[in-house]
Amino acid sequence: MGIITSVSTWLIPCFILLVLVAATWKRVPAYETFVEGGKEGVKMAFSLLPFLVGMIVSISILRSSGALEAFVGFISPLLISIGIPPDIIPLALVRPISGTAALGMTTELISTHGPDSFIGRLASTMQGSTDTTLYILTVYFGAVGIKKMRYALKVGLLADLIGILASIIIVTIIFG
Amino acid sequence: MVNIIWACMAIIGIVYAMFNGTMDQVNQAVFESANEAVTLSIGLISVLVFWLGIMKVAESAGILEVLSKLFRPVISRIFPDIPKDHPAMGYILSNITANLFGLGNAATPMGIKALEQMKQLSGSDTASRSMITFLALNTSSLTLIPTTVIAIRMQYNSISPTEIVGTTIIATMISTVSAILIDRFFYYKSIWRK
Repeated sequence: MGIITSVSTWLIPCFILLVLVAATWKRVPAYETFVEGGKEGVKMAFSLLPFLVGMIVSISILRSSGALEAFVGFISPLLISIGIPPDIIPLALVRPISGTAALGMTTELISTHGPDSFIGRLASTMQGSTDTTLYILTVYFGAVGIKKMRYALKVGLLADLIGILASIIIVTIIFG
Repeated sequence: MVNIIWACMAIIGIVYAMFNGTMDQVNQAVFESANEAVTLSIGLISVLVFWLGIMKVAESAGILEVLSKLFRPVISRIFPDIPKDHPAMGYILSNITANLFGLGNAATPMGIKALEQMKQLSGSDTASRSMITFLALNTSSLTLIPTTVIAIRMQYNSISPTEIVGTTIIATMISTVSAILIDRFFYYKSIWRK
């Protein structure tokens, strides 16, 4: 853990150092170039705004209505019968849709079942090995103005499904 | 497809609320979440400005070029239709590196730059083959060290907060390899159709 934490803390400052030393060495006008690049960031954040508002509102309508919970309750008997613990199902369903909701659920699962319980370890692994597909597609495609996603969403969601199943199998093998 | 999913999430939610008396919550959620989304976008400004600034300096100083030369053999196999000397390669690599170390905040601006470069290559507003491959990599999560999860585990007094790093890496590897394979499958399927 010590090494891992220090790598994560040192990486960014060292990268900045490397960039600035290289820029000065090559006589690149570092500050002016930085400002020029930064301006793009402002534009980008504003162009993202409508995409994020649209997606987040739609997701929160679904969640606040209770429909998502009802769906989980509906399919959980089926999943229990094939050996998937029901407590993990809401997390598995929400993970591709909402990053903050998934993080909230992971935290809740860890606090109720304990971090070193089977559910706690499974939730941790799942949280770490999948990502918020819908959010990533919204932000990335939104920022550069891609209107037709073609098969991107299918690929992302299928990869999530495999990541979730892989987490369940691996955690069962290693900690089960 | 995203149009349908987007509309369906809201439609299902509103119709469900009609029959379950949760319309109050839905009503509140609409305004609160719109607000939350704006806050999120504004919050992104600092990260985007800083990293896009630094990356622009890195690009002019030739660092991205060095980086892409180093890993060219692997990356050009995954992205066969990006020319080998194209700047997109450098951004793809910086995005992947930042993701591997769990620096999500630094990864997003670099990923967006990579997509911008790919869009210049394709010159249309339809997702190109390499864009989809790139997003498949990103959505399958490339994390080696899930820092946020480790932090939560520490907070709840886990005996061994980092014991899930191993299982996470294995699960990530499986989902990333699958994502590339699934991406290839749909790509060739779309070619066959033509």
